[in-house]
Amino acid sequence: MHEMAVTESILKIVLNHAEMNKAEKVITIYLQIGGLSGLEGEWLQRYFDYLSKGTIAGGAKLKIEKTPLMVKCGTCPGAYEVRLEQTGNLACPDCGGNNGTLLSGREYTVKTMEVQ
Amino acid sequence: MTAFRLIEIKEDIRADNSRLAAAIREQLRGKKIMLINLMSSPGSGKTSLIMRTLEGLKGSINLGVIEADIDSAVDAEKIAAVGAPVVQLRTGGFCHLDAAMVNRGLDALPETGLDLIIIENIGNLVCPAEFDTGAHKNAMILSVPEGDDKPLKYPLMFTVCDLLLVNKIDYLSLGDFDMNSLRERVLNLNPRMTIFEISCKTGAGLEAWINWLKKEIAAFRKGR
Repeated sequence: MHEMAVTESILKIVLNHAEMNKAEKVITIYLQIGGLSGLEGEWLQRYFDYLSKGTIAGGAKLKIEKTPLMVKCGTCPGAYEVRLEQTGNLACPDCGGNNGTLLSGREYTVKTMEVQ
Repeated sequence: MTAFRLIEIKEDIRADNSRLAAAIREQLRGKKIMLINLMSSPGSGKTSLIMRTLEGLKGSINLGVIEADIDSAVDAEKIAAVGAPVVQLRTGGFCHLDAAMVNRGLDALPETGLDLIIIENIGNLVCPAEFDTGAHKNAMILSVPEGDDKPLKYPLMFTVCDLLLVNKIDYLSLGDFDMNSLRERVLNLNPRMTIFEISCKTGAGLEAWINWLKKEIAAFRKGR
């Protein structure tokens, strides 16, 4: 249930930026979460509703954009997307090289938010 | 009527944790104390491995332990009983350790004379993989009764670890665990993973782990 810890951090960032921008109410929060993370949107929203109660972010909706797991091959010049739940393999589909570096997939970012 | 505004944030949710983790790593490097984060499912043998490791390193490497448990001190008591420095962190329901919790554990541990600290993380293959604890190495245990399919179910854990200890190999003859499939699945996710096959019960394979540990600590002290 690391969703709880993650939600606390999201709320902290959101309230901080809301204050800096003199917002009265937070409407929508746009998150970018990497495909390698097991975060579940529905749970995240429930925790957020609970933790944000009584703050200006109370009732705000979380919108999650999942970033695909992308790997830059270390053997050939290619970059490729990995669907781990289907393949369980990070190796390059073109050359079989398994020395790539992760381009995306581990993001945990608050991107933007809509405020009043 | 109030207008809606879109505010650009682009802030990493785990930035605070990552910063603290990096500071812990740096600070311990200065003190020449290596920190290993040990993760696994419940019951796979983390405490047994630590007990065996204390035995194997006796007289050459001083090992301290940070024990994390949701709400008990059973493991810490076992370790304290053999006279090793140990700190118990009660996470009170939290499913993982983060850098702040590890920092509290480090503060409570008498660091003088220690060469190595092992964190026994909460038994869980999901959440602990997400948080940098400040460790110099991430290690995990998979025990034979859990099955050889775990890399498929918990890929992140197998991706973030440097070392895999396959424990309870004395159970191999009792089930259909396929060591070759496991190795293939693990290396597909993480070709840099070092793998040892061990049994904390019989002692099989433990010498290789202890020797690896001694070599790693020696290299760490030389700043590698």
